[in-house]
Amino acid sequence: MSVLQDKGVAAPPRGHAARGTVVIYLSLIVLIPLAAVVWRATGEGVSGFVRAVTNPEAVAALRLTFEVSLAVVALNVVSGTLIAWVLVRDRFRGMGVVNALIDLPFALPTIVAGLTLLALYGPKSPLGINVAYTRAAIIMALLFVTLPFVVRSVQPVLAELDREVEEAAASLGAGPLQSFRRVILPNLLPAILSGAALGFARAIGEFGSVVIITGNIPYKTEVASVYIYGQIQSDNPSGAAAVSVTLLALSLLVLLGMRLIGRWGARHDL
Amino acid sequence: MRKVEVLVLVAGLLAAAAIVLSGCGGSASGSARSGGGGSGKVTLNVVGYSTLEQVYDKLIPAFQKTEVGKGVDFHTSYGASGDQSRAVAAGQPADVVEFSLAPDMERLVQSGTVSPDWDKNRYHGMVTDSVVVLVVRKGNPKHIHGWDDLVKPGVKVITPNPFSSGSARWNVMAAYGAQLKEGKSPAEAEAYLKKLFSHVPVEPASGREALQTFTGGEGDVLISYENEAILAQHEGEDVQYIIPKQTILIQNPIAVTKDSKHKKQAEAFVRFLYSPEGQKIFAREGYRPVDKNVLARFKDEYPKPEGLFTINDLGLGGWDKVQKKFFDPNSGIFAKISRQLGKPTQ
Repeated sequence: MSVLQDKGVAAPPRGHAARGTVVIYLSLIVLIPLAAVVWRATGEGVSGFVRAVTNPEAVAALRLTFEVSLAVVALNVVSGTLIAWVLVRDRFRGMGVVNALIDLPFALPTIVAGLTLLALYGPKSPLGINVAYTRAAIIMALLFVTLPFVVRSVQPVLAELDREVEEAAASLGAGPLQSFRRVILPNLLPAILSGAALGFARAIGEFGSVVIITGNIPYKTEVASVYIYGQIQSDNPSGAAAVSVTLLALSLLVLLGMRLIGRWGARHDL
Repeated sequence: MRKVEVLVLVAGLLAAAAIVLSGCGGSASGSARSGGGGSGKVTLNVVGYSTLEQVYDKLIPAFQKTEVGKGVDFHTSYGASGDQSRAVAAGQPADVVEFSLAPDMERLVQSGTVSPDWDKNRYHGMVTDSVVVLVVRKGNPKHIHGWDDLVKPGVKVITPNPFSSGSARWNVMAAYGAQLKEGKSPAEAEAYLKKLFSHVPVEPASGREALQTFTGGEGDVLISYENEAILAQHEGEDVQYIIPKQTILIQNPIAVTKDSKHKKQAEAFVRFLYSPEGQKIFAREGYRPVDKNVLARFKDEYPKPEGLFTINDLGLGGWDKVQKKFFDPNSGIFAKISRQLGKPTQ
């Protein structure tokens, strides 16, 4: 479920049993583990927490993570909407295949994705493109693993979108661009943002595909997840948890920010 | 559905999920091996670091052919040394553990899994040795012969990230100690480390990944264990390696756990690894035997570098001291060097 969907799907069966089940399930799977991470983060007291998250290397890693994740989200918003548009509005041979391809990045172990990207765009690139161990490589890896989110959230909304509204706009003299901006985009915006938010959350925590292709140089190409892994290997679990909690908190802020943009966008013309 | 049914259903689902999840062993790989005699009453859990897989695949069948090893089955698990050690400390069953460096064993002493006198045998608990070497492309196009050649202009060096990799810490201490061995001061040795890491374009997360990065075409020199370099050659990679004049002796600790249910067989297995036969198998797979007589028979493969030192020499003071002084994430020498090289931009 998306954080941004205000209108829920059909109401769940009423009654305490269903609600109780949901609460137990969410607690066991999400809430208790998250609480445990927070608790772990304060293992060395508040000063230990502060020391861990103000470590310059941690700050640099967090910053890089957010920068590349936001860049990836921006690219995803454009390319994902475009892909969804083509899949819904165009008819061409092999459409089914393309449609099936979209979900494949989810099915591949991310470490394999990393190795594959390295083989294609690394020092021995058959295409002559070597971006390995640069920030471009991080963005490439993250684009690969977050591809489906925006596409899959925009697709159904676009399919449901009433063509008559567009026709009405056209008959009132709107050009294609204008009708896209004034009619289609406002309708798609909640779905785009919801996909973008999921993609962002995924990008922030990505480890497998990134660890192989980034180079992990502190202050330069080391992302937060790799830094956290290093802290665990250096027997500093509370430091690792502290940086993780910071990552969670900052992500939450970004997700809330996106939600506010969505609400604002729904009320105003862009 | 009634309340009770729903709860039963959910409980069932959760139980199923738990069973599935408990079967996922993380990144460690391993296998079960049945003993030749195959009564299979005794199964030993062996937990080791990743490079051991190839050599244990030969050691275990050899042990099962011995009188005491008949009918002993094995469950093996291999992964990054630190990860494996943490898993055993957290309760992964193990009868025999072998790690790439002593601190991983000390962690199990702290958790009460291994007895404090694990290192009280002739070999101080170390079952194999190795040295830090410089792996280069075939033909040595960059003419690398020693540590000083790594900081020449245009040379790219690959070594894993010391905060995430045990083998990287051996590499750092080899480079640092080699400078002291050459008669330089600690400050000069530190300056050398800084210069060295300015030649490092990639810091893979583990020794294994570093080897893959290097064979994947990145860099001119890979700092690595001798046994990893030999393994890469066995696997047909186009590499050769140089043993620098000054380098560090790597020592790999082994122990039987305190509450092993099959102490007799576990101890017999460890004894076999120390036996001439076991040591010979290690030697053939790239590890330096600790048994002097076996080592003498392999002296052509394993020449002793004239400036060989251990983690306890040169005033380094052993791993405990080194971890704090060099690899503390906040105050360590290495963290400081990363900071200086990082030149936080923007």
